[in-house]
Amino acid sequence: MNTPRITYQRIKGESPAYLGWLGALGLLIVLGLASAWTMEHHGHVITGMSNRIVWGLPHVFAVFMIVAASGALNVASIASVFGQSAYKPLAPLSTLLALALLIGGLSVLVLDLGRPDRLIVAMTTYNFSSIFAWNIYLYVGFIAVGVVYLWMMLERRMNAYTKPVGVFAFIWRLALTTGTGSIFGFLVARQAWDAAIMAPMFIALSLAFGLAVFLVLTIAVSRQTERELGPVLLRRLARLLGIFAAVVLYFAAAQHLTNLYAAEHAAVERFILFEGGIYTALFWLGQIGIGGVVPLVLIFAPQLKSSAKTVMWAAIAVIIGGFAQLYVIIIGGQAFPQILFPGRIVESSFADGGIAAYAPGLPELGLGLGGVALALAIVTLAITVLAVLPTTMADTD
Amino acid sequence: MTHAPDRSRRAFLAAAGAVTGLALAPGVTLFAPAMARPAGTAASDKVRWGLLIDLNKLDDGGAKGVAACSAENGWTAAEGSTTDARWIRMVKVTNPANKTVQTLPMMCQHCAEPPCVDVCPTGASMKRADGIVLVDKHTCIGCRYCVLACPYGARSFIHEPLTGQRSHAPRGKGTVESCTLCVHRVDSDREPACVEAYGGSARGTMVFGDLNDPASDISKLVATYATQQVRPDLGTRPGVWYRGLA
Repeated sequence: MNTPRITYQRIKGESPAYLGWLGALGLLIVLGLASAWTMEHHGHVITGMSNRIVWGLPHVFAVFMIVAASGALNVASIASVFGQSAYKPLAPLSTLLALALLIGGLSVLVLDLGRPDRLIVAMTTYNFSSIFAWNIYLYVGFIAVGVVYLWMMLERRMNAYTKPVGVFAFIWRLALTTGTGSIFGFLVARQAWDAAIMAPMFIALSLAFGLAVFLVLTIAVSRQTERELGPVLLRRLARLLGIFAAVVLYFAAAQHLTNLYAAEHAAVERFILFEGGIYTALFWLGQIGIGGVVPLVLIFAPQLKSSAKTVMWAAIAVIIGGFAQLYVIIIGGQAFPQILFPGRIVESSFADGGIAAYAPGLPELGLGLGGVALALAIVTLAITVLAVLPTTMADTD
Repeated sequence: MTHAPDRSRRAFLAAAGAVTGLALAPGVTLFAPAMARPAGTAASDKVRWGLLIDLNKLDDGGAKGVAACSAENGWTAAEGSTTDARWIRMVKVTNPANKTVQTLPMMCQHCAEPPCVDVCPTGASMKRADGIVLVDKHTCIGCRYCVLACPYGARSFIHEPLTGQRSHAPRGKGTVESCTLCVHRVDSDREPACVEAYGGSARGTMVFGDLNDPASDISKLVATYATQQVRPDLGTRPGVWYRGLA
């Protein structure tokens, strides 16, 4: 290969802007920990969650970060698995982001447990018919695989193994997102979830969310560390994001059209698409509008030049749309009542048959933001310790 | 020199008496509930405990059963609360075609193929050999996946600190729980509290028994009359049967 040797370096991390940013993240992490402590002390009664909505906003944050984690790894995969050398300078950063997002997401998931003190039980007692038990292996394994992958990339003597480890990491990340989607796909009890499309759809979500987060990070790093991001590379990444956003729209269409065709699912579709209030608004405005249409226009409209600023906004739109989509899937899917007696009207003091009420509590938001801050802080700190950033992000030729 | 009483001999005799008593006591109590499963022996898969609820005889929609369960197992749920635990609840079912209204008790259906057991990552959610579905409170991490997996809305997550739990019904903040079919009573050859509240199985309003034994009252009722399970289409094979559902 005649590609020029890429050199990576650490940043000093001594500027007031860097320290200020790290301080802000630290503050958010403390806020997240305080939220978790409050939830554990008082119980989940202080959140908006109930026995009808048992997974609330923390799960939206956690699932977003876990799904985005596997997607963030794609830039590295494109470089080492698919041999696109233009992406190679950014590969270590993409792997680092993947690890950080997964750790952030898992922290939120664990701290939202009813008994986080029993984490050791979850790590030692397994029921292998549970996709959750599988996910514990998939998530922990992803961290191990990601660390090895990063090592292969950063240690010159190990560079030869980058490709096989990269292929392994790529297959692992597909399994991981399949596992995350299957958390919802495997449940017969919920009208909005019980579908095989959840697994491939979550892979599509991961591609879009992960790349979006990676783009925001890369553009921000390029600005803050005064490394010019090559316009050709930026354009390629932006177009990829556009394609991923379109794929997410495609899956949303396939999911809902299939359900609309089956009369059995008409009620849940009517709820999500037309009469669901906040969920309908989040679906059309958030998921489809901001998460789908806006990035497609920003990236592909010929009048708009794909400057770093435009791409940044497109990526932010994908992230907002992603949160909206996961909120609709996770919370909306629980708000719609379970069908105890098909064809009958069901009522009870437990709100059977009705739409469950939910408004996220402040500790839920605090915990979720704390997890995001943790992921960002890991990246912010790691780039001062590990030589992850390429000396230049300019186009090679 | 004064003569001290020989305390050691007295203590020995007392201890010997106590030991003898302790050794005999379990043997003596064994005679009382002749059918009960002796402590330390595993539940048998020859038995499948089940429940039949006859809506033709149930005149209060299950209110007495709910009250009895609450008193027996020490949970209380405020009207309309969706955070309080509800081991059993009353559900009003209306047939829109003929406006028939029925109110019936809904609780853990003690499925033969329980989705809550399949999804539990630690195996805390489990089915005993005799068909009773339970949560092991020592290994439940409070992930709530089983609450989502249960098609019957039967599981409750404990949202607040609890006090005054019954010794036979361990419960605690941050874990999930549901109807235990009064396993503590079943193991000492008594019927679940809700069944007892309706005069026991003999009265026929709620009938508890072994679904595996064709000669049991519950098996005969299921075999003879039009009875049904809730959402049998899901393939969970509930152990709770309803008779007289319109």
